[in-house]
Amino acid sequence: MSEYITLSAHNLHHHRGQREIIRDVSLELKRGEVLGLLGHNGAGKSTTLQALAGVLQVNSGRIEICGFDLKQHAQEAKSRIGFLPEMPPLYQDMRVDDYLIYCARLHRMQPANIAAALIKTKHRCGLQDCGTHIIGTLSKGYQQRVGIAQALIHQPQVIILDEPTVGLDPTQIKEIRMLIRKLGDAHSVILSTHLLSEVENICDRVEILHHGRLIYSDSSAGMQQHGQQPGFIVSLLTPPEISVLRAINMVTQVEQLSPTQFKILHTHAINSGDTAAATLLTLAAQHGWQAQQLVPLKAKLEDVFNQLTQDS
Amino acid sequence: MSTSPNMIFVIAHKEIRSLFAMPSTWLILAALQFIFALLFLSRLNAYLQVQAQLTQLANPPGATLIVAAPMFEALALILLMLIPIFTMRLIAEERRNKTLILLKSAPISSAEIVLGKFLGLFIFLSLIIMTCSLMVMTLALGTSVDYGLLLLNVLGLLLLAASYTALGLYFSALTVQPAVAAISTIAVLFALGLLAGISPDSSIAFDAISPTRHFRSFNNGLFSSTDLIFFLLFSITFVLLTWHKLKNEQV
Repeated sequence: MSEYITLSAHNLHHHRGQREIIRDVSLELKRGEVLGLLGHNGAGKSTTLQALAGVLQVNSGRIEICGFDLKQHAQEAKSRIGFLPEMPPLYQDMRVDDYLIYCARLHRMQPANIAAALIKTKHRCGLQDCGTHIIGTLSKGYQQRVGIAQALIHQPQVIILDEPTVGLDPTQIKEIRMLIRKLGDAHSVILSTHLLSEVENICDRVEILHHGRLIYSDSSAGMQQHGQQPGFIVSLLTPPEISVLRAINMVTQVEQLSPTQFKILHTHAINSGDTAAATLLTLAAQHGWQAQQLVPLKAKLEDVFNQLTQDS
Repeated sequence: MSTSPNMIFVIAHKEIRSLFAMPSTWLILAALQFIFALLFLSRLNAYLQVQAQLTQLANPPGATLIVAAPMFEALALILLMLIPIFTMRLIAEERRNKTLILLKSAPISSAEIVLGKFLGLFIFLSLIIMTCSLMVMTLALGTSVDYGLLLLNVLGLLLLAASYTALGLYFSALTVQPAVAAISTIAVLFALGLLAGISPDSSIAFDAISPTRHFRSFNNGLFSSTDLIFFLLFSITFVLLTWHKLKNEQV
């Protein structure tokens, strides 16, 4: 079940006039997976998501939702998608309940199931107390929640969210991220963002879109290791000469950050027990360097992202 | 995608609801009833004044022809100005507020969207036509009414409203600004209305494309299938054009 592919896109290609917006984009999404689409402004994230939601017809390429072709079986495919566009599509003069019921009916939900779905969705999005409020009177954050609720109410298998946390305050961002994480258990979620911390927190997998092309794809944990030489920062209260540290097996570079702090880069260990860190700690204990703290170096996602999207 | 009546009604229902949720709708309805009642009153007054002379005629025209028919003609003119105000929002406003994307991402076809919106507004306009007709029907309290003429006028107005709605819907689909849609719809409807006025005996039948001209025969109590077919063709053409525009649109 976990390997079930809910969304697959093949060779999407779209241009507006002479300008190519996306080129040769292929994606796959499994059930229970949260995929983050990263990219600069204008990289083609929104266009890709609109194409996946069936709102925009790409010039060439094929999209399948749970096995249904988005063009030929639009009705079956679209009823399995929940889409939150960049600007939540809200009718400002409607009440939250009426709006969500309307959205459920638009997605061909059975009338008998709507009432239960409404309560469940409002609960999930923290809208329990807003049912009778007019959408136009809600704050930006709550409007965003209504937008997300709209994408969930018909219990779609694929949820497409275009910058879901834009314009929210930090608490709300945290709540929405928790919600997306939870949704990722039973549905497939694909979201676009330019916030790297979002990817770090909630996505299982990352695709980087740059000038309309997918240039990188990996698990978000894998991305943090990308192009990174292993190393650590160590604090020694009574450090030895720097040359002593340099002489340790496998250490390639030592940099003194402060009188007691050293940044040490080393080569990959051949077997796991015999690392530079272990050797150093053993030596520290033997010679009384008083090792206090050892922090492994972890690439910041920003650095990896910048490195990948640098124009050559 | 198949077209199901169910989804058309979902859209139509939403349109009617949002119309009645706006205070401006109620204001327009109230103003319309007020103006229409004033017209009715003055028309009735004029009839009462000439009634004595009419009885001397060999074959006097009845109250329906003298009072009711001009009332319906006036209503036709009011509809010409009123309908663009309602049609302008149908698609242009959805596009401006970015809610059209909700409809396009939902599993419904463009045909269902267009037909739903058309039907929603048409039902609403039918209510207006019905309430005004009921007012005219109060004539029956004082005199015998020619129901045939009355019903033909109501039918004519419904057809007229359908064709105006279809045209307005199309203009609303062409633009992002509701005001632009309203102004261009009114301009075209007026131009078509003026066509009915010029050179009725000219050999070139410009007025054949004027809905006002075709309504006139209904107004005079004349039912011809040509007029009926004209209205149906006019409405279907613009509904199809709207559907075509919406179907091929990229958001």
